[in-house]
Amino acid sequence: MGLARKDLLRMQELTADEIRLILDTAESMKQVAGRDIKKVPALRGKTLINLFYEASTRTRTSFEIAGKWLSADVINVSTSSSSVAKGESLKDIGLTLQAMHPDIVVLRHPASGAAEFLAKQLAASVINAGDGAHEHPSQALLDLFTIREKKGRLEGLKAAIVGDIAHSRVARSNIHGMRKVGMEVRVAGPRTMLPCFIDRLGVEVFTDLERAIADVDIIMMLRLQLERQQAGLFPSLREYSRLFGLTLPRLKGAKSDVLIMHPGPINRGVEIAPEVADGPYSLILNQVENGVAVRMALLYLLAGGGQAA
Amino acid sequence: MRILIAGGRVIDPASGVDEVVDLLIEDGRIIRIQKNGPGSGFQVPSKGKAERGKRRAEPGLQVDRVMDAAGLVVCPGLIDMHVHLRQPGREDKETIATGTLAAARGGFTAVCCMPNTDPVNDTRSVTEFILDTAKREGAVHVYPVGAISKGLRGEELAEIGELFESGCVAVSDDGRPVMNAELMRRAMEYAGMFDLPVISHCEDLHLSGKGVVHEGIVSTELGLCGIPSASEAAMVARDLLLAELTGARLHIAHVSAAESVRLIREAKARGVRVSCEATPHHFALTEEAVRGFNTNAKMNPPLRSESDRQAILAGLCDGTIDVIATDHAPHTIQDKEQEFDVAPFGVIGSETALALTLSTLVASGALPLKQAIAKLTSEPARILKLPKGRIAEGADADLTIFDPDREWTVDAFGFASKSRNTPFHGWELKGGTVATIVAGKVVWEA
Repeated sequence: MGLARKDLLRMQELTADEIRLILDTAESMKQVAGRDIKKVPALRGKTLINLFYEASTRTRTSFEIAGKWLSADVINVSTSSSSVAKGESLKDIGLTLQAMHPDIVVLRHPASGAAEFLAKQLAASVINAGDGAHEHPSQALLDLFTIREKKGRLEGLKAAIVGDIAHSRVARSNIHGMRKVGMEVRVAGPRTMLPCFIDRLGVEVFTDLERAIADVDIIMMLRLQLERQQAGLFPSLREYSRLFGLTLPRLKGAKSDVLIMHPGPINRGVEIAPEVADGPYSLILNQVENGVAVRMALLYLLAGGGQAA
Repeated sequence: MRILIAGGRVIDPASGVDEVVDLLIEDGRIIRIQKNGPGSGFQVPSKGKAERGKRRAEPGLQVDRVMDAAGLVVCPGLIDMHVHLRQPGREDKETIATGTLAAARGGFTAVCCMPNTDPVNDTRSVTEFILDTAKREGAVHVYPVGAISKGLRGEELAEIGELFESGCVAVSDDGRPVMNAELMRRAMEYAGMFDLPVISHCEDLHLSGKGVVHEGIVSTELGLCGIPSASEAAMVARDLLLAELTGARLHIAHVSAAESVRLIREAKARGVRVSCEATPHHFALTEEAVRGFNTNAKMNPPLRSESDRQAILAGLCDGTIDVIATDHAPHTIQDKEQEFDVAPFGVIGSETALALTLSTLVASGALPLKQAIAKLTSEPARILKLPKGRIAEGADADLTIFDPDREWTVDAFGFASKSRNTPFHGWELKGGTVATIVAGKVVWEA
């Protein structure tokens, strides 16, 4: 039993059944993390290459740990230490890696569509670990896993995704994922950061944070890229956090059991107040923890298919 | 060499002719146009393929070759007023020889090449190099377009007077806009002294930003930076005002947005001296072609929405859009086989333009055949004041013979162009070039 696809490139192409299969598999994977000896032989003899063109702490570490706990051989390639720095094209990097017969390549890249491009070059499975502003499917899957773990279900829940929707691959993947499993989705942010026709993805659009979060079950805050100020998308950090920062007083208008999520890394005091990030409703560290289990499930379902964990 | 083109349906939009007549050409000119059929004077083979060899057309009139055009359309040689031949500088992408052969294969007998070569065509020496090379190696006529500004930098005017004297038929900084409105105003005034049209690539670079596709549902879904329609339309509006101010002749290149069509329509009604062109990819495709991060659907201006495409069709029909031009922009496979953000803008079009016009515009009933041909012949000739684009006794024997019914499949790897970057690879099209005749010589034949 596995996923009937070579690659995992976007949530948009997954079915609700595939999402459920991944989340169910991640539940059994999560048990491994609780063991004394965190190792199962499921991917012994398989090779996983982490190819990261952008700095990343949690995603790369998470995939690396996931691979190692499944007994795969894990190689990390980062742009500063490789021939990427010498200007080798993504196509040639792909052909070069292919010649070493990896089983899975995990790609993080600043250009939208890079994972799809690489997947066409490689016989290996490609997992998109974030391509430009396009998608970041493993993040959306770990978010869904975390929500389901806390709420016991997904269908019928209401989520608000808040911040720079236009430049966010996390937002896009979550919109697709949440809609597929029957959640209601709202997006909120300054008009300058809401992409055109976003409502056509089946979401409600808000520019007023308080109204957006009034009766939702989940609030997902996005990281504000500080360079967007120079691009003229918002006037100052001060005004951004006044209008779109999630603070305790603002939370008073939300449901009493609302859950707070953030893909990280957070800008404390900008999009999220420290007392909210560290507060009782915050799932930020659960998201990180579950990231390993979900990525184990993905690696297993794409390259394993052999021995169960 | 005396060639008789017999029995074809001759369509000449300039004179309004649309009838079956025979054309006799010799020494680069059309020497006689005569009624076809019994008693016409020319002896015509009854059926079948073109017959070679000498035969007697009428007593005392020796013909070296008879081309049987029965069932085919014969029209003035097509003129593509917007191509990039890449020579000098990027001969790995295209050369004057290959680019003009691609044009001939597509039924074009003349092309206007844009100045964004390396070096830029902003001086007499580059213009002369292009003309000399075209004379030696070119399959079709080449009319260079000179730069508006030195180095296309948008800072100082190029020597437009000398460019005009050495053979440039228009000026343009195509590939990039003249962002400085004052410089654009002066360019129009200055080019106006030579009655040279100024061809404007309308784009506000601030609005385009890092955009790589049309700003719309596809850019939102794919997470690609969008280029809003207003980026083009704002510049169209500016240039229309400047044309009004200066009285100069303005030609808007590759119109892609509904807003631009509307602005140009209004300006024409006011009497502004403006003309414009649309490309086959903008009337045949929409932003949807980008899905899958298809870099062969990446060009500037970008493929826009279906409502924009409909506006282009309406503009072609009501005459707002005067010309169909390809913006043939060759790029190597390795240039296009990159991340979407990184791959260069541009697609090739010489070898598909006629068939796309016939399949998309004419076969659908959107545009009558004669009007479609006008936009590929007499209209560009009028705008550029070329002594071309018409069929008449004494006129240059630049002719295109095409089969409006021939069905074929686009195969980029069979193109005469050096490059393969077409979004139409694999498309089934109807209408194909049968022969291209330049100055009385058959330069390409199916």
